[in-house]
Amino acid sequence: MDRSAARPWQRFLRLLVTVWPGALWLVFFLVLPTLLMLWASFLHRGAYGELHGPPTLENYLRFFGVTPEGFDPLYLKILWRSVVFAVVVTVVTLLLGYPLAFAIAQSRHKDLLLLLVVLPFWTNFLIRIYAWIVIFQHRGVVNAILTALGAPPLHLYPSWFAVYVGTVYTYLPFLVLPVYTAVERIDWNLLEAAYDLGAGRVKGFWHAVFPQTLPGMVAGVLLVFIPALGTFVISDLLGAGRVVLIGNVIQQQFGVVRDWAFGSAAAFVLTGLVLLGLWVYARLAGEKGLDRLV
Amino acid sequence: MAIVELKNVRKTYPPDTQALKGIDLAIKEGEFFSLLGPSGCGKTTLLRILGGFEVPDAGEVYIAGRDVRQVPPYERPVNTVFQNYALFPHMSVFDNVAFGLRMRGLPRDKIRARVMEALALVQIEELAHRRPDELSGGQKQRVALARALVNEPKVLLLDEPLGALDLKLRKQLQIELMRLQREVGITFVYVTHDQEEALVMSDRMAVMNQGKIEQVGLPEELYERPKTPFVARFLGTSNLFEATPVDQHRARTPLGELTVRSPLPQHPVLLSIRPEKLRLSRAKHREQNVVEAVVRDIVYTGAENQYILDAGGTELIAYTLNADISEPGYEEYDYDERVYVYLPPENLVVVDG
Repeated sequence: MDRSAARPWQRFLRLLVTVWPGALWLVFFLVLPTLLMLWASFLHRGAYGELHGPPTLENYLRFFGVTPEGFDPLYLKILWRSVVFAVVVTVVTLLLGYPLAFAIAQSRHKDLLLLLVVLPFWTNFLIRIYAWIVIFQHRGVVNAILTALGAPPLHLYPSWFAVYVGTVYTYLPFLVLPVYTAVERIDWNLLEAAYDLGAGRVKGFWHAVFPQTLPGMVAGVLLVFIPALGTFVISDLLGAGRVVLIGNVIQQQFGVVRDWAFGSAAAFVLTGLVLLGLWVYARLAGEKGLDRLV
Repeated sequence: MAIVELKNVRKTYPPDTQALKGIDLAIKEGEFFSLLGPSGCGKTTLLRILGGFEVPDAGEVYIAGRDVRQVPPYERPVNTVFQNYALFPHMSVFDNVAFGLRMRGLPRDKIRARVMEALALVQIEELAHRRPDELSGGQKQRVALARALVNEPKVLLLDEPLGALDLKLRKQLQIELMRLQREVGITFVYVTHDQEEALVMSDRMAVMNQGKIEQVGLPEELYERPKTPFVARFLGTSNLFEATPVDQHRARTPLGELTVRSPLPQHPVLLSIRPEKLRLSRAKHREQNVVEAVVRDIVYTGAENQYILDAGGTELIAYTLNADISEPGYEEYDYDERVYVYLPPENLVVVDG
């Protein structure tokens, strides 16, 4: 049968035959829950945590600081704090992970080193975070070493520092792996061409090698930035309640506070922010920007 | 004056691959020089040493009179056209060509003028804003050429630049490259494994084999007067047979006693004769240097008939032009037919190497 001659609905049916398992999955576990949350974000919390009508914009107004008592940017401050946190985490991860990916790709033992990068995934995430508590706590590993060396102990847990270390540690592999893949595929002839045309070592790297790693780098940055922006487990455990990020706010609304309506609204603002960022990136990188990303 | 000079250049790759076993070579300013040889003969290694991408283990390398052994690629007065083009995929054609000038920090308007001039030279001005992935193989080749030539190097190094193109385009670009070289007057060092390409394009050429230069000279010298069996076989096809000299101009061979125009040494040598120099005929026109043979195979290639002949156990290959059948003296032979083969004494080449 000629593909192009098929009517649109025929083509749609044919498409459905091949994609229905995946489509069904997405509809049940992504589209429906998202729609439910969207609906919930416009409702009220009842006395027992149940959801009430009529629909209202109140939750969104509250998030953006509009309250009956006047302007209160509490949640905006937390959101801003979370964005700064995610940016710092991403930059630090990049500074550590980018050279690491090169080192692994050019090592003779790259299989072993890659295994070491992936190895932490074999241990439960919570256990790994608790391990950091063991390392950072008052009588923990770090302070034991410091004491043994005769130095005064440091206050490391709970702290922002511990949350940063834990988050960078957790997401480093998500940056290293895509950058490594890009480094593996680098056409080193281009570096020779750059040298040939008069570029020194720094300019050669910048013009001939770095652009080739860019798609992998952008993928890695997104894989780190987006979960770091929404993290709540790491800040909860290593911050022990003293570090409040937007992820913690949302989690608390669904947990202790039992205000699903406000929690949904906050989650949607966060999702919207991420999508806005992706859209801006796609516009800047041109038509192929998102293609290259995926 | 030699613009490139190599003295006893050696290169060994670990553990023990001897890529170059002592190369002595002088390339003259302004000439189109080819390095010809089979893959693995060391020709690309030699080119990479000139480009600065490899450092020789021993020997001296001079470019424009300067010892360049310690000079990195980005400070050498040479540019390279890479085998796979190596265009920067994230830059437009214009930016690719402008790259070298930008690295030298030329002013913007000057860069613009020179890039457009270089693009005009290779006839692709209209492609200035395309990206490399929007170009055909031949167009990429032109960009690579423009990108190298725009820097006005003392020597242009070309590493099998036409290798990836189809035959027709290759022939067309051969002619264009020759025109270009005459126009810009830059010394070209051209690496190829295609003997016909080297014969067509070069002012002078060197045939390389197993890390050594077998022979250097004009294309017609190398073709007509090969000095080693390798050159005789690698450049075109050759009939080669052993010969034991009887006196200065006569030698015993498996084909019988033959007269040779050029003087023979005292010791056994090889004699070479090109297939197109053999004369075939049904009748025996001469007494000297004529052997009897049987047609074993006929290969029709369009412009030529190639006969594979058996002359008393020795295989001979003869090419005859596919001329007009009504031409006087024109003969075609059939399978298993007996023919007389005349080996003109002036075309028998003494290969003593």
